[in-house]
Amino acid sequence: MLSVTWLAIAAPLGSAAVLLLGGRRLDRWGHWLAVAASTTSAVVGVGVMADLLSRSDRAVQQHLFDWIPGGELEVSAGLLVDPLSVSFLLLVGVVGTLIHVYSVAYMEGDPRRRTFFAYLNLFVAAMLLLVLADSYLLLFVGWEGVGLASYLLIGFWNQNPPFASAANKAFVVNRIGDVGLVLALGLMFAHLGSVDFAGVFASAPTASEGVLTAIGLMLLLAACGKSAQFPLQSWLGDAMAGPTPVSALIHAATMVTAGVYLIVRSGPVYAGAPTALLLVAIVGAITLLFGAVVGMAKDDIKRVLAASTISQIGYMMLAAGLGPVGFAFAIFHLITHGFFKAGLFLGAGSVMHGMGDQVDMRRFGGLATLMKVTWVTMGLGWLAILGVPPFSGFWSKDRIIEVAFIGEGMKPWLLGGAALLGAGLTAYYMSRLFFMTFHGKGRWTEGQHPHEASALMTVPMIILAVGSAALGLIFAIGDSFVTWLEPVTGHVTHEDPVLAVPVIMTLTLVLVALGIGLAYRQYALLPVPETAPVASLAVQAARKDLYQDSVNSVLLEYPGQTLTRTLVFADAKVVDGAVNAVAAGTVGLGGLVRRLQAGRVRSYAAMMLVGVVVVLGIVILAINGKGWF
Amino acid sequence: MIPEDTVVDPMYFVVLATILFSIGAVAVLLRRNAIVALLGVELMLNASNLLFVAFARSHRDVSGQALAFFVMVVAAAEVVVGLALIITLFRSRQTISLDEPMDLRG
Repeated sequence: MLSVTWLAIAAPLGSAAVLLLGGRRLDRWGHWLAVAASTTSAVVGVGVMADLLSRSDRAVQQHLFDWIPGGELEVSAGLLVDPLSVSFLLLVGVVGTLIHVYSVAYMEGDPRRRTFFAYLNLFVAAMLLLVLADSYLLLFVGWEGVGLASYLLIGFWNQNPPFASAANKAFVVNRIGDVGLVLALGLMFAHLGSVDFAGVFASAPTASEGVLTAIGLMLLLAACGKSAQFPLQSWLGDAMAGPTPVSALIHAATMVTAGVYLIVRSGPVYAGAPTALLLVAIVGAITLLFGAVVGMAKDDIKRVLAASTISQIGYMMLAAGLGPVGFAFAIFHLITHGFFKAGLFLGAGSVMHGMGDQVDMRRFGGLATLMKVTWVTMGLGWLAILGVPPFSGFWSKDRIIEVAFIGEGMKPWLLGGAALLGAGLTAYYMSRLFFMTFHGKGRWTEGQHPHEASALMTVPMIILAVGSAALGLIFAIGDSFVTWLEPVTGHVTHEDPVLAVPVIMTLTLVLVALGIGLAYRQYALLPVPETAPVASLAVQAARKDLYQDSVNSVLLEYPGQTLTRTLVFADAKVVDGAVNAVAAGTVGLGGLVRRLQAGRVRSYAAMMLVGVVVVLGIVILAINGKGWF
Repeated sequence: MIPEDTVVDPMYFVVLATILFSIGAVAVLLRRNAIVALLGVELMLNASNLLFVAFARSHRDVSGQALAFFVMVVAAAEVVVGLALIITLFRSRQTISLDEPMDLRG
């Protein structure tokens, strides 16, 4: 299957083209074409992994075609098939296919369902191009492609103006990160002489630390934009305007983790730039607390999950920022998170489906008996994200917390403390979501009849729930996943954390239990008010995303607008003014001269005569003045 | 060569040419009839011809006379074009008044 890896990208891309160009005649069966295309990618993924497992050399570079043959600058398009990219290929293929199937039912009745599936396929193709590319330049093409698909899908219901502006916000904030990637590409060209992974990694050890730090920081900026990390996280909450399957696939499981992929892939660059790597870890630690705090206060079920995604990606960034020792766990958590968060989002979609598109958790409650499948599947996802043994999150997140405690000086205590605290907060806000939705008394609005969704929706949820429950354990047995990733992340000698591992584990579990207990008392035992009560300043701040939007407005938006207004004013008054004045002057002069052109032939003749007489008179006077006669 | 004894004071020719030229110019400027205006142009051309010939004689240089022939040829051509224009004008507007066509108004 290795030789047809390109099919994983080509199938969804071709399907997207057919769906977009095919017109209404595809409305009846077009979505099944999209499902088939995504399934193709998943099957290719499985085949490629099987091939890779049977080889001893587990990094295969495939040349596709010469892309930019420009003298000294030669860029070829190729695929890099190694354990890291295949892990992503499988995640995107499997989760993507499940979400495609779910969407067939979820989007039923939407007049633009065919377009929706075209965009979804476009996303799958771009995401696979991003992870399979063998150069930063080709990766950038996929990077922009997923950005485009994300924009199109967030604004899928763009007849609703707030949804359209949410799409714009996501696009603009992502653009800031993209500038980082472009600058990183430029720095690689200038200082490392190459943009393909092999070339960059070969010359990275000889480059100066300053150059590598600059590249690392630009890559971090790119990762912050795409992965919604502090300070560019503001778009992800609003991105929930898109249909719920989109939130599950793009804004939870796959696209937003592209930043983590970028950092881990660029490991050799960061190996020479410890400062940049430390900053990655700090950004991750800040973000994981930031997302958790915001998640504790939100009442919109999808926004809680979005905040949770920000926080969990913070964990991955923290792990990636710890260097080779954390790379494998970052990807491990990324994969398990992809499963349980997609499952949680699909569960949320199922709840919204049954509750008539209600998203306010204060109007849910008591759904456990009415939506049993959703209750159980979301319950498994909930246990997984909490890190309760033996579910997935326990194996991935707890290892990140452990690794964060490795090091010297203040660093392990600060990073590890943040990770530990984040686990407690996560337990609280996820339990709050779970209890508010499924337990306590029903607080539904009138005329609502909660019901379970059809099999097309529940089956993907069940599969994802099984994945969230079991995947961590499967990957953790004999450290199989870490060993599998070793060709990319490198072999790491074991170091002991500053605290003993059992102590960290106990602390984590105690904090998680505490979080669950608090949430259970407040949201399952005590009655939940149907409208948000007046709260303390801290809660109000968290409800407003810790004022990140206001900060952005004051720091970036207003100065930008002022600058733009000044430029527009200068353009209108100075530049255009000069041009217009010249034009008006010419017109005025023309108006004066125009009166002479009255169309009377005899007056023209008179003017000629007068002219000749005047010229002759001047000539005669000049000749006389010279004394020629 | 032109014989010496037949030279007349060129000032007479200058005065005559000036009178002819002025008559021609006034005819062009004041008459509305296009044919009369054309005649006025002819008159002005011939005034200049007269001066060419007169000065050729007084300076004993035949190049002035040669130029006079040039002017005649040009004048003949000009009359052809001018008359053709007048006929076209008449065909399209049933008049040859110079004040009538206002198409050139800017």
